Amino acid sequence: MMPPEAPEHDASAVGSRSARWGVLVPVCVAVTGVVVVLAVLGGWLAPQDPDHQNLLSPAAGPSSEHWLGTDDLGRDIFSRILTGTRSAVVGPIVAAIGVTIIGLLLGLLAGFHGGRLEAVIMRIVDLVYAMPALLVIIVLIGLFSGGYWAAVGVLVLLATPGTTRILRAAVLAQRGLPYVEAARTVGVSNRRLIFVHVAPNVLPTVVTSFLLEFVGALVALSALSFLGLGVPPGSPDWGRMLAENRGLLELNPWAVLAPALMLMVTATAVTVLGDWLYERFEKARTSND
Amino acid sequence: MRLALWLGGRLAGIALTLLIVSILVFGILYVTPGSAEQVLLGTRPSSPETLAAIRERYHLDESVGSQYVHWLSSAVRLDLGESVRSGQDISTMLSERMPVTLFLAAYAALIAGVVGIPAGLVAGIRSGTLTDRAITVATTICVSAPSFVVGFLLLYAFGVALDWFPNYGTGGGLVDRAWHLTLPAVALALAPMAILARQTRASALKVYHQDFTTFARARGLPRRVVLGRYALRNSSLPVVTTAGLVVGYFLTGTVLVEQVFAVPGIGTLMIESVSTKDVLVVQMLALVIALFMLSANLLADLGHLALDPRVRKGVLG
Repeated sequence: MMPPEAPEHDASAVGSRSARWGVLVPVCVAVTGVVVVLAVLGGWLAPQDPDHQNLLSPAAGPSSEHWLGTDDLGRDIFSRILTGTRSAVVGPIVAAIGVTIIGLLLGLLAGFHGGRLEAVIMRIVDLVYAMPALLVIIVLIGLFSGGYWAAVGVLVLLATPGTTRILRAAVLAQRGLPYVEAARTVGVSNRRLIFVHVAPNVLPTVVTSFLLEFVGALVALSALSFLGLGVPPGSPDWGRMLAENRGLLELNPWAVLAPALMLMVTATAVTVLGDWLYERFEKARTSND
Repeated sequence: MRLALWLGGRLAGIALTLLIVSILVFGILYVTPGSAEQVLLGTRPSSPETLAAIRERYHLDESVGSQYVHWLSSAVRLDLGESVRSGQDISTMLSERMPVTLFLAAYAALIAGVVGIPAGLVAGIRSGTLTDRAITVATTICVSAPSFVVGFLLLYAFGVALDWFPNYGTGGGLVDRAWHLTLPAVALALAPMAILARQTRASALKVYHQDFTTFARARGLPRRVVLGRYALRNSSLPVVTTAGLVVGYFLTGTVLVEQVFAVPGIGTLMIESVSTKDVLVVQMLALVIALFMLSANLLADLGHLALDPRVRKGVLG
């Protein structure tokens, strides 16, 4: 995320916001859309059975029959890429939703109630936040042979503190604003104040952190699959394909390049959208002041 | 004197954190599926005698607390025991694997610093220009691109298609090793480089438009002095903090990048040990990694102290 900059020096950036982002945003929206569609329909769109082995044409380069060639068992890379979109994307979406909901609840509680509850939540958050998440996941999932969904669960536990911190800060910023005072004066209940008045105002931060959590989870889960700790061996999955096709770099580089590019493009597109939204919200907020 | 006091406090804090970490790490043995004897037996043939020997060796008949004390005291004495899987001495394994990883991390840190900080400084000072935009787009891509994925792309482009760099191995001698580890180091360096560049850009942008820099320029001081002595030094504080945090990233990143390039370092050892459930090795690696992260943070704080007289005054009075 871009660190906030001093507004008065940003005049150039404000004036040329559309120029600054240019065609980047539409492209990233399109990429994200395609990936989501593939995640839903990928298996049906695949021209061939992703698990069909053809030992007569192993590790073949691209052809009219196999657009991206085949892997060492003669399976069609293009079909495996399309089918693999689901396992690449679904886990991260579930993780990001989980992290966002828990983070928002904890952030609202800590930011709004203050006092001992806040102290307890923030201590735990700081403790978990200091751990190198991916290493902890590798050790836990590796030793337990936990697999994909266990990894999603651990990921939620380890990623929630970061989101909680960000959302708590956003809630704290709202708490001092006049509308909160006004609502209190007219006797709005605490619960209503939190969920009806404050929650919508931190929504921009929530959306941005959701997108960035998604990217983090996408990278973490595909890394686990790459290390052989995520999806079962042989599944069509981008991270798994990287590991299994490493030896084919000379024979059919697309077996490795295709999943690598899909991961990179997806991660970059969603990050850019997150950055762009953050900057828009930030601009809208500072120009309202 | 005050410095010694401050340092003592920080070291005590680190020792305390390590103690907490060590309890968690010791717990790995007990959360691993299977009984402690079985885990420590590994794939060796099981017989009543060997099981009894393991119980004796690791004090499994005593309480968990005293097992922990035995374990910790032998770790502190650097008597780390043997790998459950290979029977190799763990200290030997660590000392064989460590230099490669340290070399890789130092190389990556060098690349990240030498490229990232000047890029951020230029982007911050020329904010809004085409240069700034190009650097910002580049950092966005580098931040979000996963290191192991970039590793594969680099491996194909420079290792296979152009054939400039070797595909695997670590080479002997300094130059050869640097040549072998260039691609992994670049893959590892990209994200920290981008983070450093963004941090430097933001902080240079702030500093460069403050009165003292404008005044320095107005006095006609050479650009080199304004940038080097005024802008760079004053914008370096957040950058140093970030650099400390980046070490944590290196430790995670190296696990993946070493795997991509088949570099026999700490990272590949971690993956091998985790997937063969070689718990003793995993425990020691976890402790070593924690020690590294804590020392990096301490170094970042010392860096603050050296760079900023205000911080020095606050700490040392």
